[in-house]
Amino acid sequence: MIRVANGQGFWGDSPEAPLEQMRRGPIDYLTLDYLAEVTLSILQKQRARDPQAGYARDFIDVIETGAADIVTRGIKVVANAGGVNPAACRQAAAAAMDRAGYGGQIPIGVVTGDDIFDSLDDLAARGVELRNLDTGQPLAAIRPRVRSANVYLGAAPIAAALAKGARIAITGRCADAALTLGPAIHEFGWRLDDWDKLASGMVAGHVIECGAQATGGNCQADWESIPDYASIGYPIAEIEADGSFVVTKHQGTGGRVSAAGVTEQLLYEIADPSCYLTPDVAVDFTGLSLIEIGPDRVRVAGARGRPATEFYKVSISYSAGFKAVGALVYGWPDAYRKAKAADQILRTRLERLGLVFEAIHSEFVGAGACHGEILSGEPSPDLPEVMLRVGVRGPDRAPIERFSRQIVPLALNGPPVVTYLSSGRPKVEEVVAYWPALIPKSKLAGRISVEVSV
Amino acid sequence: MKIALKEIAHARSGDKGDAVNIGLIAREPHYYPILVEQVTAERVKRHFSELCRGPVERYELPNLHALNFVLRQALDGGGTVSLRVDAQGKTYSAALLRMEVDVE
Repeated sequence: MIRVANGQGFWGDSPEAPLEQMRRGPIDYLTLDYLAEVTLSILQKQRARDPQAGYARDFIDVIETGAADIVTRGIKVVANAGGVNPAACRQAAAAAMDRAGYGGQIPIGVVTGDDIFDSLDDLAARGVELRNLDTGQPLAAIRPRVRSANVYLGAAPIAAALAKGARIAITGRCADAALTLGPAIHEFGWRLDDWDKLASGMVAGHVIECGAQATGGNCQADWESIPDYASIGYPIAEIEADGSFVVTKHQGTGGRVSAAGVTEQLLYEIADPSCYLTPDVAVDFTGLSLIEIGPDRVRVAGARGRPATEFYKVSISYSAGFKAVGALVYGWPDAYRKAKAADQILRTRLERLGLVFEAIHSEFVGAGACHGEILSGEPSPDLPEVMLRVGVRGPDRAPIERFSRQIVPLALNGPPVVTYLSSGRPKVEEVVAYWPALIPKSKLAGRISVEVSV
Repeated sequence: MKIALKEIAHARSGDKGDAVNIGLIAREPHYYPILVEQVTAERVKRHFSELCRGPVERYELPNLHALNFVLRQALDGGGTVSLRVDAQGKTYSAALLRMEVDVE
């Protein structure tokens, strides 16, 4: 049995969680997921400014503060912290080990080949169209506006890095769950066509990849009875050689591992549960069984797998114009009517200025913004306050800038009992949109590389 | 008797591009047939008429007493493009739990 822990569900997750996972009980592997889709475009921008940047810097802090734990407890770390610059991340991680007094002791592996940003034209010349999976358009339609392009790699390169002796394995973009499957392949010697086992490892990874969402965080089943959120434990998958696994967390931590919570997480961000496509295997969730075998222990078995497809998924980000969102808060009485009136005044002014947007969207937070007005029903006239939140989006920056100057004046020249003025003029942001596509695995032959060095 | 789904089910939602998926899980196995029978894709599409512009697909997981719904064109262009406060559809799970079902 191996214990694979997750200590980071996204970049920005708890800074303490990775250390707690290493210190509060036994684990064999610490996996850390830093890359949301938006992250890579930000990292690509950072690397353009500084060739030594472009990876998750938080990871370096984990390595430095956790160096003693990694060395003395023999914990291996697998992280997609490499972003768009895994080589620089490796160097920084080695320097962090050095600063902590453990320089030259820990082999660090790096998986590269996922980043195809610099090869897009070359790939296009070789007939790779990277058509948008949703719209069918070829990438050529937005080529000049592309900000990042990364292939979701699988678990095999991670397992290869571990087999070469890596005790820290750093990847760029890879399937989040591959961070867990990689160690399982390596430890148990699973064949890369043992589909049911690969599927099991992917399911284990899927359950723990979003951190505390598997241990009571965001759990809608009896959330108020979940103990001690303040000290919530992050998830651990105890994986057996046959692929079955137990989801748990360290003793003495808060939160709860229940069948209800694990089921919520199993269904998180999936489409067809009988065919969950990953780079390594097509996973079927419809034979899974979940049993609570003890306090904070849920056993999962029955994953089935079929051969993976001939394609990798590619995540491409591109610039799609600009947006700004501003907000004001209106207080009782008649908070909703005041916010409505302010919205009308603002729209009249924008119209008089001749400002046209691709989209303008007004919401009344506290009066049905999340679920819409149909589901939320008529707002009560006694609401204590309502936030008016107005956003605009368009291809050019200038009209968005002008919008951002129109909302704040309502503090003095519109309906009364208005506040939240400290938020000031809304910030104009570039919109980064996503372009999901597929690439034949054969087109990446020879590009994926695994290097391990001390 | 009509009750809100919230009484017999729990749920979690997340985003994938411009699509939202909602996993809907029966609180007890004997509630699952109620979900299968009454929470159809067509009904979910009508329920989300204000938020979802595309089709709704439904998948069944009898082993987990759960249904999975995929709502297409449901996020005003997707998480990073959307101007909505819930740009990633995180609260859509609870929105579904507002739906009323008939129970004996």
